[in-house]
Amino acid sequence: MKYTTEKNSWYLSAFEKFEQSLNGESASRLHTLRRSALERFNSLGFPTTRHEEWRFTNISPILKTNFRPVLNPTAEGLSRKDVGQFAFGTRHLLVFVNGFFSGDLSTLDELPGDAYCGSLATAVKSDHPVLRQHLAQYATYDDNAFSALNTAFLRDGAFIYVPDGIVMDDSVHLLFIAAGKDHALISPRNLIVVGKNSQVSIVESYVSLATSSYLTNVLTEIVVGDHSVIEHDKLQNERRDAFHIASIHALQGTQTNLISNSISIGGSLVRNNVTSVLDAEGSECTLNGLALATGTQLIDNHTTIDHAKPRCVSHELYKSILDGKSRGVFNGKIFVRKDAQKTDAKQTNKTLLLSEDATIDTKPQLEIFADDVKCTHGATVGQLDAEQIFYLRSRGIDDTTARDILTFAFASDVVSRVHVDPLREQLEALVHSRLDQGRTLQD
Amino acid sequence: MLEIKNLHASVNGNEILNGINLNVKAGEVHAIMGPNGSGKSTLAQLLAGRDTYSVSQGGVTYEGKDLLDMDPEERAREGLFLAFQYPVEIPGVSNTYFLKAALNAIRKHKGLEELDAVEFLQLVKQRMKLVDMDETLLNRPVNEGFSGGEKKRNEIFHMAVLEPKLAILDETDSGLDIDALRIVADGVNKLRRRDNAIIVVTHYQRLLNYIVPDFVHVLVDGRIVKSGGKELALQLEEKGYDWVKDEAGKAAVQA
Repeated sequence: MKYTTEKNSWYLSAFEKFEQSLNGESASRLHTLRRSALERFNSLGFPTTRHEEWRFTNISPILKTNFRPVLNPTAEGLSRKDVGQFAFGTRHLLVFVNGFFSGDLSTLDELPGDAYCGSLATAVKSDHPVLRQHLAQYATYDDNAFSALNTAFLRDGAFIYVPDGIVMDDSVHLLFIAAGKDHALISPRNLIVVGKNSQVSIVESYVSLATSSYLTNVLTEIVVGDHSVIEHDKLQNERRDAFHIASIHALQGTQTNLISNSISIGGSLVRNNVTSVLDAEGSECTLNGLALATGTQLIDNHTTIDHAKPRCVSHELYKSILDGKSRGVFNGKIFVRKDAQKTDAKQTNKTLLLSEDATIDTKPQLEIFADDVKCTHGATVGQLDAEQIFYLRSRGIDDTTARDILTFAFASDVVSRVHVDPLREQLEALVHSRLDQGRTLQD
Repeated sequence: MLEIKNLHASVNGNEILNGINLNVKAGEVHAIMGPNGSGKSTLAQLLAGRDTYSVSQGGVTYEGKDLLDMDPEERAREGLFLAFQYPVEIPGVSNTYFLKAALNAIRKHKGLEELDAVEFLQLVKQRMKLVDMDETLLNRPVNEGFSGGEKKRNEIFHMAVLEPKLAILDETDSGLDIDALRIVADGVNKLRRRDNAIIVVTHYQRLLNYIVPDFVHVLVDGRIVKSGGKELALQLEEKGYDWVKDEAGKAAVQA
């Protein structure tokens, strides 16, 4: 416990510096929120493996470094050329460097009506009316130290607002680049608010141009208005020594459809929390995830689907491909509240172990309080199928290629669910090259 | 083309093949018949390179080379093909993707140029007609959700695209209704040439009405106990396997 106290004091004193940099903003409503989040962080401390939510994920490697909160936007000398390699050609590209929006690096096309795609900090400054109602209303930080820490250092990130009746015809890409040589604490805060009868695809990707390890601690809140459809795709492909803690918290209205695809490839220790609350009748929620780990990587996916109202449907497919000495964690909670009759929930978790030393901890967690529901869950852990390998080889395909084809097929089951075509193609190439590396790269 | 000499093979210490001798020349069709458990499928799988069997005695020469010394993919590239009795489902890998990878691996081995997507598609469309296969099966994952008949048809379709020198059909007739059987057999017949050979492994005679063999061999307890022409299949149909077993028993006693 001594450990955690020490780290608290580091981030507490970092917060004081942060406050000083704010110049007079300290009386604002937002700052009151930051202060209360900091207090909560201080009383919670960083979680240990005694905490049920962190039983299989020991975060102590994160505590070995004093990460410096990035307090001001700096472009870190990045040019559009640096950014190009991570883009996939959407008309709405929002670039964030160390969590801060960069107008110079972004490409913003005209938006319909009162729609907003841009910097959260700018929206805060102009007192955007939607923020008052929605910012920090969904992801609680009461029992999550990282969410509390993110809220304490809340400064910038993406704010997306799609008003009623708008179909965004191109996806919005939020590109988060970590840059620089300081061991940075990067705390982007994203808010996505979609009105009624609207549709949008949003892609969040996390990449590195940094030259040292750092900690990304991001929180995204999503509000899905009645009858709206959102696809949210997240790609985490950071440096092998980077830490990544992320939470997505969604609230779904009546007859909405949320698709979340989360693909984790990089990082040293990665934790994704994805939560969706089905808070009105007739909604649908799809959570898909893929973790590709090798070396000593740890990728932990925690999901929660909260069926609060009747007649909602949820599908969940999370897969891991683990090589080397890597570790995977999957925890899938499904709550079916007393009112949520006629719920239809299906959860699947599949793991492919490519080496003897890779391990997975998988835990489905269903809590059902209604009596007229359909809930299924299943978990499989295995190796490549010898029959399938033989079948491919007997048609002329060599052993290595056969294994690659089958491993890629296992992954593409998730990747193919991404509907944003250019992104999916990019992901396929990325998964291919990562699997190719996996064979030789055993750090 | 293929010469099997005194082949003995076992699984987990259980002897399954007990001294097989077989000679297959280019242009010939051989049928291997036998009751369940006689070792027919073991022989077929072993020839294709399945490594779950261990060979204790004898050997197999294919085109002058030691077949048992070759990896499964090497055998395929040298023109050997097995149509599986139970084709495995491969979710996530499309039938065309798989087949293109296989064909190009074989072409590369032969020193031929790899086919591009357009050339491949032309070939595939032409060969599909041979087995009257539905085009939708092309882009579906290999065998996933295929009916039993579709799986068998898909095997022969793969054969039509890969054009093997030696094809082994392992109980390709099992589970096929008469129409599907006819289509599959027609496909195989169209692929018969003077320079290739086919081994048909089957329990029943009915497939041999459509794929007429030059030779019929009866496999009992891991040994070929009787060989003859196509009329032998009809005799078996009429008299059952017990008849050859009895005969083989008598012969053994006399010897």
